[in-house]
Amino acid sequence: MDRLNDIINIVSAIHVDMTWFLILSALMMFIGIYGFLTRRNTLAILISIELMLNAADINFAAFNRLLFPDGQEGYIFTLFSIAISAAETAIAIAVMINIYRNLKNNFVGNLDKLKW
Amino acid sequence: MEYTILILLLPFISFLFLGLAGKWLSHRTSGLIGTTVLAVITILSYCTAYEYFTADRCADGAYATLVPYNMTWLPLGHLNFDLGILLDPISVMMLIVITTVSLMVHIYSFGYMRGEKGFQRYYAFLSLFTMSMLGLVVATNIFQMYLFWELVGVSSYLLIGFYYTLPAAVAASKKAFIVTRFADLGFLVGILIFGYYTGSFSFDFVSNLQMAEGTTPFIPCGIDKAVAAGGFILPTALTLMFIGGAGKSAMFPLHIWLPDAMEGPTPVSALIHAATMVVAGVYQVARLFPLWVTYAQDWMPVIIWVGVFTAFYAASVACAQSDIKRVLAFSTISQIAFMMVALGVCTEITTGHEHAGSIGYMASMFHLFTHAMFKACLFLGAGCIIHAVHSNEMEAMGGLRKYLPVTHATFLISCLAISGIPFFSGFSSKDEIISACMAYSPAVGYIMTAIAAMTAFYMFRLYYGIFWGTENKALHEKHTPHEESIMTAPLVVLSIITVGVGVYTTLAGFGLFEGYSFGSLISADGHDYRIHFDLSVASLSTVIAICSIALATYIFKGETQPVADRMYAAAPQLHRWAYKRFYMDEVYQFITHRIIFAYVSRPIAWFDRHVIDGFFNFLAWGTHSLSYNIRTLQSGRVQQYALVFLLGILILILMII
Amino acid sequence: MAQTIVFLVLAAIILGCGIMAVTTKRIMRAATYLMFVLFGTAGLYFLMGYTFLGSVQVMVYAGGVVVLYIFALMLTGRQDKKENHSVSLAKKFAALLAALYGAGLFMFAIISHRFAENILTPPSEQTASVKVLGEQLLSSGRFGYLLPFEIVSILLLACIIGSLIIARKR
Repeated sequence: MDRLNDIINIVSAIHVDMTWFLILSALMMFIGIYGFLTRRNTLAILISIELMLNAADINFAAFNRLLFPDGQEGYIFTLFSIAISAAETAIAIAVMINIYRNLKNNFVGNLDKLKW
Repeated sequence: MEYTILILLLPFISFLFLGLAGKWLSHRTSGLIGTTVLAVITILSYCTAYEYFTADRCADGAYATLVPYNMTWLPLGHLNFDLGILLDPISVMMLIVITTVSLMVHIYSFGYMRGEKGFQRYYAFLSLFTMSMLGLVVATNIFQMYLFWELVGVSSYLLIGFYYTLPAAVAASKKAFIVTRFADLGFLVGILIFGYYTGSFSFDFVSNLQMAEGTTPFIPCGIDKAVAAGGFILPTALTLMFIGGAGKSAMFPLHIWLPDAMEGPTPVSALIHAATMVVAGVYQVARLFPLWVTYAQDWMPVIIWVGVFTAFYAASVACAQSDIKRVLAFSTISQIAFMMVALGVCTEITTGHEHAGSIGYMASMFHLFTHAMFKACLFLGAGCIIHAVHSNEMEAMGGLRKYLPVTHATFLISCLAISGIPFFSGFSSKDEIISACMAYSPAVGYIMTAIAAMTAFYMFRLYYGIFWGTENKALHEKHTPHEESIMTAPLVVLSIITVGVGVYTTLAGFGLFEGYSFGSLISADGHDYRIHFDLSVASLSTVIAICSIALATYIFKGETQPVADRMYAAAPQLHRWAYKRFYMDEVYQFITHRIIFAYVSRPIAWFDRHVIDGFFNFLAWGTHSLSYNIRTLQSGRVQQYALVFLLGILILILMII
Repeated sequence: MAQTIVFLVLAAIILGCGIMAVTTKRIMRAATYLMFVLFGTAGLYFLMGYTFLGSVQVMVYAGGVVVLYIFALMLTGRQDKKENHSVSLAKKFAALLAALYGAGLFMFAIISHRFAENILTPPSEQTASVKVLGEQLLSSGRFGYLLPFEIVSILLLACIIGSLIIARKR
């Protein structure tokens, strides 16, 4: 029980404020960037991009709460962002299916037919 | 006389038509077109001549200089390039010579060139040549002369290389073109100097001899000092132009192209390389003669001695050649040198019996006229012979008088004419030349008489070698030589002219009747001049010519030639030297290959290849290796780009916060 | 207190699943981890009181987009349960360093700026209500978003047609 109390004390000492949200979104952003830089599969790269987009969305929402508690701007931007990322995903996946049809795989290293 | 423009336009149209449409025409049609056009312009030229010589003269009795047509072709401020037609005694005389010989050659070529591949092309080039040569002689200014001068060079090149599948013809055409171009450089520089300092290209000299305004200060300006400036500038310009003329007329150091030019078809040799184009140099000097005689008389010995040496050299080489066309080629060089000498010894422009110094001009033009006729006849005759025996070498000939009677007769007439036997045209003109030389300096006169004797000797050596002597029966049995009327007709016409002119001028010269003769039409200042032979000169040269002919007869007429063989045995070295043209070609070869190529061209080529090319190769190599190294930046791998992009952004952010 | 715990749990889910999503070899698992990240993000929206946004996130992202991924994976499936064309270790290390450096830079910037404001209190009824949101989206007034709304709808339409054309069998 002592340990539980200790934990409770520590947690209650933490004040979750704006900074925490921003740090979370920054970490999420760089996780996405890391994935973008290291993955070879186009779908995996797309997944990393979704991570980055989500980090940005969190920032939109958080800043809206911080700066305009009574306004809707960030809120609506987040909605648009979700819509656009959905659209982007649809197109990207259509392209990937096409790539797969032509190359029988999805690796960016093989996508060099336009170079020569 | 505006119709004279047609004399230039018609052959040009004929050239374009035959050149462009010749492919679809039959040989007969294209030949007929070319010949018809030439017949038309021949008639036009005769009309022009008749009209010109019967027209009203100037107040002082001289022939007027007419410019029936003139246009500014390229205006350059105060210095314009004009194209036009200028008629004066010598240009009208040249019109007649060119159209007559050209017409004969056109007709003759029907027979000579029958069945040749490129027959249409041949006639197209003949038209081009005729147009260019006519344009040259009627030029109103030096620049137009130069323009057509180069055009005749081009047509000469095209016609020498007519058999372009033969390496010898190609080499000969290149040689002719390069040598004459090299000489024409002198002509061009001379024209430019002349145009720069006098502000005009016109032949209308005296009124234009004022120095152009704003010229460089060491040249005094103004009419009075023009002559003083001319004392340096004009002789230089004229001598440079003479180099061009010497190249075209095959004077000594630049003569090497003419013997090789015999690789072309024989009618072409007759037209271009005997009768018309090669005398363009003489014509040029005659055209510029007022300038020479007024401003550059001190330099005229250059013309004389170049001419004398060339005449002697060519005559001595001609004595030893075995190819009949080569003999005729060297004979041509020698005869043109006679014309040059005659111009050189002409020391004044005023005509009259007390002015013996002006005979040379008339004599030169007269000899040009007669030489064109009989040399064309000789060449066309040689063409008949070659056509009959299919060889150029004298060995294949001998005893041909039985097979080729008409050719034999006309050839004999022409040989007598060139040897200077009375009542043949060559006698009158050559005698005038020798008279002019005697008047200038007896030394030159006697040298020229000796060369005339050599002329008679080598011409009769040629004559006997072809028509008498040992017949090459083995060759003639397989193929009996024969002649065709279409080829002999021009020969007859030309020999009739030769005999007619000879008889008329000889009789007139001995004062038998008071008619016009050549001297009445063409003289240095356009006034009448009645030819009167100096009996001592005439008899001396006639006796010497007859002696030479007798000597040639003695040596070469028989079936066997013991005298000739003994002479060869006595001086084989001399014969070999003469036969090899005194190794002039080898000298050129040595100078160009061993000296110029080795010590000038090769270092330049080395510099070009290693320094100039090396610099650009270095640039190319540098660019290539640089791009090879930086091409990994453009790998096309998006993730790599993204990484670099991210790092850049982060660095920027670091700089901001 | 409870909000803190919820936030920490969500943050742990988001970061953990995010790291797993970008490092796992199996692409199917990556998509699944992504779905958890998206749910976590939706949880954050709920935590901030943006309930409509959270439900959109769940519906569109976790429901729609991830399903799209799964379908794509199944269609292109066979070849790569694993990524056999993996990047070199050096490149991975370079990317990791870049990411850590960037994250450190960002965190330094954020912490040094001191956003010490609590944003977890629920927003006023008025601002968060769907009614206000809907009116604002469809109004052409001063704070109206009619034009972007229509543009987005056209964009989505274009995307539907475009992806159909791109992905159709020829």
